Amino acid sequence: MTRIDKNPSGVSTAVSVRGLVKHYGETKALDGVDLDVREGTVMGVLGPNGAGKTTLVRILSTLLAPDSGQATVAGYDAVRQPRQLRRVIGLTGQYASVDEKLPGWENLYLIGRLLDLPRKEARTRADALLERFSLTEAAKRPASTYSGGMRRRLDLAASMIGRPAVLFLDEPTTGLDPRTRNEVWDEVKAMVGDGVTVLLTTQYMEEAEQLASELTVVDRGKVIAGGGIEELKAKVGGRTLRVRPVDALQLRPLAGYLDDLGITGLATTTVDTATGTLLVPILSDEQLTAVVGAVTARGITLGSISTELPSLDEVFLSLTGHRASAPQDTVPTDDREEVAV
Amino acid sequence: MSAATTLPTAATTDDARISLRGHLRHTGALVRRNLLWIRQDPESMADALLMPVIFTLLFVFVFGGSIGQALGGGQDQYVQYVIPGMIAMMSMTLSQGVGTGFSQDFNSGGMDRFRSLPIGRGSVLFAKISVELLRMLFATTVLMIVSVAVGFDITNWPGLFATVALSTAFASSIMWVFLTLGVIMKNAQSVQAMGFLVLFPLQFGSSIFAPTTSMPGWLQAFTDYNPLSTLADAARGLMVGGPVAHDLWVTLGWSVAITAVMAPIAIHKFRTKS
Repeated sequence: MTRIDKNPSGVSTAVSVRGLVKHYGETKALDGVDLDVREGTVMGVLGPNGAGKTTLVRILSTLLAPDSGQATVAGYDAVRQPRQLRRVIGLTGQYASVDEKLPGWENLYLIGRLLDLPRKEARTRADALLERFSLTEAAKRPASTYSGGMRRRLDLAASMIGRPAVLFLDEPTTGLDPRTRNEVWDEVKAMVGDGVTVLLTTQYMEEAEQLASELTVVDRGKVIAGGGIEELKAKVGGRTLRVRPVDALQLRPLAGYLDDLGITGLATTTVDTATGTLLVPILSDEQLTAVVGAVTARGITLGSISTELPSLDEVFLSLTGHRASAPQDTVPTDDREEVAV
Repeated sequence: MSAATTLPTAATTDDARISLRGHLRHTGALVRRNLLWIRQDPESMADALLMPVIFTLLFVFVFGGSIGQALGGGQDQYVQYVIPGMIAMMSMTLSQGVGTGFSQDFNSGGMDRFRSLPIGRGSVLFAKISVELLRMLFATTVLMIVSVAVGFDITNWPGLFATVALSTAFASSIMWVFLTLGVIMKNAQSVQAMGFLVLFPLQFGSSIFAPTTSMPGWLQAFTDYNPLSTLADAARGLMVGGPVAHDLWVTLGWSVAITAVMAPIAIHKFRTKS
């Protein structure tokens, strides 16, 4: 029953957003956003707090009406065809929206019934999804007794009940510890393997790289960059080199020395005294080699050295020339207003 | 396509209307959810269990003697007077729960999931009301057991059932008021505080606990049109005897009027709140 629009080039578009605008008083949560997600791909929407990511997801899932512009999901218009649209989407919000008082199984059975599955099918679907998300043993326990990771998994399972064509994941790992985050990533990857189209919002470049094939970078309600992950990484160009001398007293002298050599990437070198590491933004393999050479020349012994993807801050600095410092209080993520029903 | 092509001006093309059966199925699933809440948290039934017991005992033993005397009898006379009134009182007091539980639901974020599902917006509200009415029927049963223990004679069973039906109708109309408060107010505490302000004058400025004949004229004018008075008087007529028709019609009129005004408001507020 899913209708996917075929554009002239023959590529199917699962989500299409044109000129989307949503203002909260003076604040422009969305200020003319265009976006396309091809069927079967994962689109990452990367941006800081207050960039408009959650507003975008709320409009696409019919929880919020846009001021103007057009949004279609699986061919259904978010404003004019909300009921059909709701039938083909799954939503996992920033805050796990499981019913804590209900056992895991009952949470899934309830959603199944609300999606018009016959009783028997709702039952087998709940069983199957609990199994798949490794929650069978906790099926009868109230969700309030679940760990953070279990709740997210239950939330993901709930959004899969209706076999959605398009899945919205709004910051699916915000607030999770690294191990649990990896768990959720694995689940999302498995879901993508099943062919569902995903629109994912995140504040982390690393998460986007793990899950998304394409990226849209948003800032203050506007799209500031977009394209394939590799393409964008090449555009941003930077990496962060994490250097940890064995002797922490060497941190500052080394930082000063590197500055003197003029090795700078997208941002300035920072000293992280808590972990005793130096974070050196670099742009090229030559710079990486130069840093290693500098360390050797100074006779400093290293405990560890590694490269990381640029942080969101560096991505922004590179793309916009300013830091990703949109004030957090301008657009509360749970800002609530008019809604299309 | 520019941002100027905006919200739909033509008739909506949303052809996925939800059938009556669909509404019933969704409401049923949500009723099950709310009943499971009670099973998970049996203490939430404490008010429905204890309120009829405590209020009946308090009023019968504290006021029963003196008001009974004024009625030309004693405590027994007052029992016959106050028990039908208690049914009216409970229909009002327990209706409040629908609003407080509701605002909790909203703040927990679970509402977003429901709202992103293809269900009628009314289902969530109807389910809530259904469960509260079940709670009320439970409380009424408790009340009748206690009232027999303190000496109330159930002589007219059809009258009792008619009373329960009438108070259920009235309570469901009042619940739309509290649902509206639950949707528009920020938290459960404000709903409770607001509910208390509405409830108290209505309950005590009525014929529930004492005859209105000794009240000042302005208060009598109020009590005459207070639906809780007419509900209590209709209950008395139905269960104990006396005139019924006028109070019955006034109560039904209130129920229909309140529902007709408040149900659309509640549903609208629910739809437009995120």
